[in-house]
Amino acid sequence: MTDEPAFDFIRDSLDHCVKCTICETACPVANATPLFPGPKYVGPQAERFRTPGSSDDGSLDYCSGCGICSQACPQGVHVAEINSRARATMKQQRRMPLRDHLLSRPSVEGRLATPVAPLANFVLSNRIFRVLAERTLGIHRSAPLPTFAGRTFQRWARRHRPAAAEREVVYFHGCSANYFQPELAEMTVAVLEHNGFRVLVPPQDCCGLPLQSNGIFDTARSYVRRLVGNLAPYARAGNQIVATSTSCGLMLKREAREILGIEDDDLRVVSEQTYDICEFLADLDAAGQLRTDFRAVPMTVTYHAPCQQQGHGIGKPALDLLALIPELKVIELDRACCGIAGTYGIKREKYDIAMKVGQGLFDDITSSAADLSVCDSETCRWQITHATGRPSVHPVEVLHRAYGL
Amino acid sequence: MTAQAGTRAADAVVLGAGMAGLTAAVRLAEAGLRVVTVAKGLGSLRLAPATIDILGYGPGRVDSPAEALPAFVAAHPHHPYAAVTPGALADSLRWLAGHVDAYAYVGDASANMLLPTAIGVPRPSAVVPETMAGGDIRSLRCVAIAGLRALKDFHPALAAENLRAAAAAGGLALDARPVLLSPPTDGEADVGTLSFARRFEDPGFRGAVAAELRAALRDEEAVGFPAVLGFDQVRSVWTELQEAIGRPVFEIPTMPPSVPGMRLARALQERLRRAGGRFVLGAQAVGPEIRDGRLAGVRIRAGTRETVRLARWIVLATGGLASGGIEVELGGAARESALGLPVFGPDPGEPAFLPGYLDEHPMGTIGLRVDARLRPVGRDGEPVRQNVLAAGAVIGGARPWREKSGDGISLSTGYLAAGTILEDAG
Repeated sequence: MTDEPAFDFIRDSLDHCVKCTICETACPVANATPLFPGPKYVGPQAERFRTPGSSDDGSLDYCSGCGICSQACPQGVHVAEINSRARATMKQQRRMPLRDHLLSRPSVEGRLATPVAPLANFVLSNRIFRVLAERTLGIHRSAPLPTFAGRTFQRWARRHRPAAAEREVVYFHGCSANYFQPELAEMTVAVLEHNGFRVLVPPQDCCGLPLQSNGIFDTARSYVRRLVGNLAPYARAGNQIVATSTSCGLMLKREAREILGIEDDDLRVVSEQTYDICEFLADLDAAGQLRTDFRAVPMTVTYHAPCQQQGHGIGKPALDLLALIPELKVIELDRACCGIAGTYGIKREKYDIAMKVGQGLFDDITSSAADLSVCDSETCRWQITHATGRPSVHPVEVLHRAYGL
Repeated sequence: MTAQAGTRAADAVVLGAGMAGLTAAVRLAEAGLRVVTVAKGLGSLRLAPATIDILGYGPGRVDSPAEALPAFVAAHPHHPYAAVTPGALADSLRWLAGHVDAYAYVGDASANMLLPTAIGVPRPSAVVPETMAGGDIRSLRCVAIAGLRALKDFHPALAAENLRAAAAAGGLALDARPVLLSPPTDGEADVGTLSFARRFEDPGFRGAVAAELRAALRDEEAVGFPAVLGFDQVRSVWTELQEAIGRPVFEIPTMPPSVPGMRLARALQERLRRAGGRFVLGAQAVGPEIRDGRLAGVRIRAGTRETVRLARWIVLATGGLASGGIEVELGGAARESALGLPVFGPDPGEPAFLPGYLDEHPMGTIGLRVDARLRPVGRDGEPVRQNVLAAGAVIGGARPWREKSGDGISLSTGYLAAGTILEDAG
């Protein structure tokens, strides 16, 4: 038993562990570094010996939280969720680095940096500052950091006047599309409007995912509670909610409950109505309601389904969507993780591990004849571009181009 | 609300990604059908030695599965092999050998080899990776079982001693002794099978192993290695090692995780991807989708939401009791977990378990029964649905751990399930 009943069903799943080691065959981190002894060892095995509020094995810090162990487990053990909880407890017992607080608050940084974006971007790409940041904060000097757009999607959305439409859908854009890549959010709106939707953009802040993955659970809970509070009225009214940030969508669908242990009605109704954008569009197509007036896109692209997209348990709907585009050749890559896992690969002591985790993926991309690499998650796209020097885009960007919008 | 997933109805949804499910899915996808594989987790193939054991005991030790099977099936009319003709079995074995690029599979159903396990017990096996075939104890005279000091789950002294005892009991002139190697491990005291397999793909590492081995070997000695000789590069690792030490080398399957099992699972998954098959991992089938009285698809749960996957055919390869394909409650009530098909277990009034640990427990053969086309049947012996087929351990009637028949059943029924669908597709 834990102090949170909502987490008991997660922890109790460890009794289903038969020590088969399939999670260890799939763990990208354990396969890249001996510093991480593997998900079974630090997970179901060690969890039996942990007392509430205590977690002493430091090797757990090398878990990237990619979640692949839970996906791979044939017995339904929530390995990654158990490990995330234990890692948070471990980090609370120790001194939480200032860096982890900084990396965990993209919306705070977004609000501060957007008005001074040119300066912020100069600093973040400045070699001297990055060396200093590595020494003082532990942010690796070469790690991929995003650039601020200098404007926000929220502001664009407030001024946007859509045409009349019969159907409505709610868009959860997340911090990345708001502060770093508003054009992705705008393309998403255009694609949805092209399919006859009026896109509602309620006020929204960070979902708390980076806080959660850095073990700062209390603050993460208050962020996600506030967000689902904003979204719940729409969900109760029967609106579906689409997300272009696949990891933040997963936070609403599963992780807020399965890792943060939140059990309330706002979250339940929001999680049931939240869809990854590709999942949503593929479902539309299944119902015969997706417009397929795609122009030919005579290109070759690679597609990498990031670990956190795979956490949705929906397969790879992006492949089904991209297959609708004439003359587009898609190479499906079969790698589990690019290594970055949110903020993991940005940290000084983990950068090399993250690059090694992603090496197979990077090699597949650079050795392919593809013009573009496609991937659903923003941090993975930054990592892929950083490691391969090739542009990486969200599947919606390809659909947007094929629609000729 | 239940949404429908995927862009169109699939030709087939395959539930499960073990030997049976992957075989069916690959065969269907390669024939051009739209296939979606849905799996709760990665299949147990990654734990298996990746040898295809067809029939090792029935109940006495079997020398030729092909010769023994007709009588065995006659004695066990509800055994999954009752649906597998000798021709189909041979076809499935050839099919598998043609789908693994990393190395060759050798042998056929006509004769079993006797290969040592990790604790040196001879195990009858019919079709095996070429790297293992040299371990047949009937043709070995003198063997060194090589251990790796940091590999804690493989004990060469134990394996060698048991092997000598087994050979003596079988009237074979086989001498076996342990050799413990200490190749460089960067200071790591505990190195697993996967980590060693990766290290063997480094020419420097295998060079160091070969040098240490050369110094330790006697003349005319073959060398048995734990099966960690690389992943994709296994053939070159194995060949190079034999050339470097000038003696035959064979692999011995290890405790899980199994490197040969991963080679096989990866090979089949790669074939599936290349053939355009879709793979949904981390989602569970929770019930049938019935429309107009017909099985139209399957309900899938991931997270808090249920969706429907429509399909013309469903291949049920969810595994048996150990994998959750069959669930038994404390009171003994059993159900097939994905579609709720009829389960055949111990008869009413019959005890589910016997007192002895190693007894033949009636619960051990619990599972579905199928007809000749692998359609699950009801109590009346008639198919429950026309468009659902069962493959692998979800079919009851077998005792694979005793018979040494598990992978043979899974491969041949997975292959046949695809065959039934392809015949229908014309």
